[in-house]
Amino acid sequence: MPKDHGIGASPKRREDLRFLTGAGNYTDDINLNGQAYVHFLRSDVAHGKINKVDTSDAEKMPGVLRIFTGADFEGVGGLPCGWQVTDRFGQPMQEPAHPVLAQGKVRHVGDPIAAVVAETPEQARDAAEAIVLDIEELPAVVDMKAALEDGAPKVHDDLTSNLCYDWGFVEENREAVDEAIKNAAHVTTLELVNNRLVANPMEPRVAIGDYNPATDESTLYTTSQNPHVIRLLMGAFVLGIPEHKLRVVAPDVGGGFGSKIFHYAEEAFCTFAAKQLKRPVKWTATRSEAFMTDAHGRDHVTKIELALDADHNFTAIRTETHANMGAYLSTFAPSVPTWLHGTLMAGNYRTPLIYVNVKAVFTNTVPVDAYRGAGRPEATFQLERVIDKAARELGVDPIELRRKNFITEFPYATPVAVEYDTGNYHATMDKLIEIADIAGFPARRAESEKRGKLRGLGINCYIEACGIAPSNLVGQLGARAGLYESATVRVNATGGIVVMTGSHSHGQGHETSFPQVIAEMIGIDESMVEIVHGDTANTPMGMGTYGSRSIAVGGSAMVRATEKIINKAKKIAAHLLEASEADIELKDGQFSVAGTDKSVAWGDVCLAAYVPHNYPLEDIEPGLEETAFYDPANFTYPSGAYACEVEVDPDTGKVTIESFAAADDFGNIINPMIVDGQVHGGIGQGIGQALLENCVYDENGQLLSASYMDYAMPRADDVPFYKVDHSCQTPCTHNPLGVKGCGEAGAIGSPPAVVNAVIDALQSGGYKVDHIDMPVSPARVWAAMHG
Amino acid sequence: MTQVTMTVNGKAVSGEVEGRTLLSTFLREHLGLTGTHVGCDTAQCGACTVHVDGKAVKSCNMLALEADGASVDTIEGQANPDGSLNAIQAAFQEHHGLQCGFCTPGMVMAAAALLKENPKPTEAEIRHHLSGNLCRCTGYHNIVKAIMAASGQDVAAVAAE
Ligand code: FES
Ligand code: FES
Repeated sequence: MPKDHGIGASPKRREDLRFLTGAGNYTDDINLNGQAYVHFLRSDVAHGKINKVDTSDAEKMPGVLRIFTGADFEGVGGLPCGWQVTDRFGQPMQEPAHPVLAQGKVRHVGDPIAAVVAETPEQARDAAEAIVLDIEELPAVVDMKAALEDGAPKVHDDLTSNLCYDWGFVEENREAVDEAIKNAAHVTTLELVNNRLVANPMEPRVAIGDYNPATDESTLYTTSQNPHVIRLLMGAFVLGIPEHKLRVVAPDVGGGFGSKIFHYAEEAFCTFAAKQLKRPVKWTATRSEAFMTDAHGRDHVTKIELALDADHNFTAIRTETHANMGAYLSTFAPSVPTWLHGTLMAGNYRTPLIYVNVKAVFTNTVPVDAYRGAGRPEATFQLERVIDKAARELGVDPIELRRKNFITEFPYATPVAVEYDTGNYHATMDKLIEIADIAGFPARRAESEKRGKLRGLGINCYIEACGIAPSNLVGQLGARAGLYESATVRVNATGGIVVMTGSHSHGQGHETSFPQVIAEMIGIDESMVEIVHGDTANTPMGMGTYGSRSIAVGGSAMVRATEKIINKAKKIAAHLLEASEADIELKDGQFSVAGTDKSVAWGDVCLAAYVPHNYPLEDIEPGLEETAFYDPANFTYPSGAYACEVEVDPDTGKVTIESFAAADDFGNIINPMIVDGQVHGGIGQGIGQALLENCVYDENGQLLSASYMDYAMPRADDVPFYKVDHSCQTPCTHNPLGVKGCGEAGAIGSPPAVVNAVIDALQSGGYKVDHIDMPVSPARVWAAMHG
Repeated sequence: MTQVTMTVNGKAVSGEVEGRTLLSTFLREHLGLTGTHVGCDTAQCGACTVHVDGKAVKSCNMLALEADGASVDTIEGQANPDGSLNAIQAAFQEHHGLQCGFCTPGMVMAAAALLKENPKPTEAEIRHHLSGNLCRCTGYHNIVKAIMAASGQDVAAVAAE
């Protein structure tokens, strides 16, 4: 019988009531008194020298309040980068300036040149068209390898080249890995592209700046996954506003997937302009602007070599990756191809020697940063593709080759600096074989073949690292931030609870799942707990939601704060019951004295805390409110095994997903319904990456896929129902809930399953195709078949 | 500026609009009905779906003036008269058919139009009908399941919630 409340139950989401009735409060739904609107004039060339921006005609247009250009931001800071990578020679990465509005040069299509603030959005747009630009177009660099050639045009004239960094990991292993590969019984090599993607949350970005001259306070309303991070970056590094004079509000946010982690120019602009004009200034991105300005994802080009001994044990892995940074360093961009990618290259396998080389490259394209999974999908894709290829070359079963090399003893220290605390990879594989009915595959293949279709089965495993931590370690790795999370638990006088969390919900359902944890700990009804998030004015400093960290880090902070509450409440109860604190037990919302029938209810203890007439005032303070900051001891390591079955139409090359199954180990589960939903969404995005999505630039740096007409998003009829299971649970050993996080798994685990299945289908038809780059479009499949 | 008059969720409304004002802008900015969302500028995402004279329409793809005299229904008018969720809304909640909620008003309006024409659609018919509505959060699984359930079909056999 599934539980009907508390941890492990699936109560219906309370946030749904407002979203289903049109009563949500998204940033674009907010309109402030006296609000003006900004329209950004953006570069339509990828690379150019700004000779002149003539705003004189535009300024005379109706409704125009002011036009800003790069010159207005000369005394203002640039957008900061939050992670400094040290290269393999011990030198810091090259870090270019990133002005709010372009100064001197434009470096990608969409780079903002001028900003028109007017009474209405239409007037701002009309006036922007009257600005006369004199921009001298320069040759653009788009291809990463070409960008590194001698004499290539430089994206930033003041840097020595377009190389951001050349990173080696683990550098000390470099020669040993070379040696192991030279001496291996078998080496499988694969070159592949991890296609450039656009996150595309359905809500485009919005920013509203507001300024109160009476208090000298600025407020920014923005579509962010982490309002405190934006407050810190924008206040301290860009605009020089101290945090006590700056409030950042991220209300209901319509999806993020990483793209709303970063601090963007438009946020700083609206806050700055509101103060200058003493009026609120609002910007709402069009979808076309989102394509040109939201940080993109992935875009790695990789060569991977897997060495095996005669018994098919993995002996070494060597990779060489070019990672696109785009034209500027987005907030966390340098960390994605390095610490979020290299550390995962061991996957689920015992490989004693690993060396990862990454060259990060500047190009005249939109900045690239974290997108759902961030570095981990890139690691998983390479590894799980090369293992599949090795199995085929060696003539062994791909599942058996994986099983033979599985890590089985925990904790396990990988050769790439991380220690997996727990896991059971055979168990998730067993579960996958059951739910995907692998045994029935030959019959399904025969049935497809009868209809003239090729059927393929693709299997893969994945390992994830969530809740990136601890802060002192990530500091050594170059993070310029801490990665803890916070929670304040405020108990009211009549027993109701408000939790102010630094985590942010933009679809994850925290308002429903977080109360389940507190209700379970205290033994009260979930309806007595309310979650507050998304506003720096009423939540403690927190790092927000990304990297599947909400429950593992934010949930742990909430548990710690609640433990403090319970400890204090027990002291109060002991006083009220005239018993020793050590004898007080809390169960089902009642404090009782062990071994007696004396008890006092939760609500009475809360009331005593705020009406302390009969209260141990000499020992403890009145009130019942506690804050905790939780800094994890380690990452968490969700893992799993995924299976995809496809049909390929040999006449057209079209791939159809026939089934998709996922067996995940997320440790303990708070709300199974929400976890299933997270996995579904991740798989949908992974299928999108594998079959449909591709962000394409032409050789001049023009963005060809800048709308939903050209960028193929997965639609309802591109995907099947998914079979998902998370009954294999090895609880995390180092956080209080034993949870691991589930937000990114689906997006990490699914692309290799799809591509492995397509290759399997083609091989079954006698086509000697080893690899097709994503997206595996009909044209690419057909070309590979008829190579 | 031109005067436009229409019935929205059963109430007569009017306003002054420019020729280029979209119906979605009129609903959101003039009437404050912000449940209708705008997710794109190429009429592809369906977040702005409303009903005009009973038919599902992308309100970003229609001028406010074109809806002059029409009867428009939006997500704000979908709940039962007592304020409780209607059958489609309730099924979306029951089956976790929404996450961030941004696509949701459009999904509910698209589903309502489908079920009016086809009270018991198959899975394939639902998926086909929704191909003009993008959702980035759910992978569509629970949306399709919710619509099947709202049409009275047994969804117990559909894999996991
Ligand atoms: S906003 Fe109307 S279809 Fe996207
Ligand atoms: S629920 Fe977020 S886009 Fe559909």
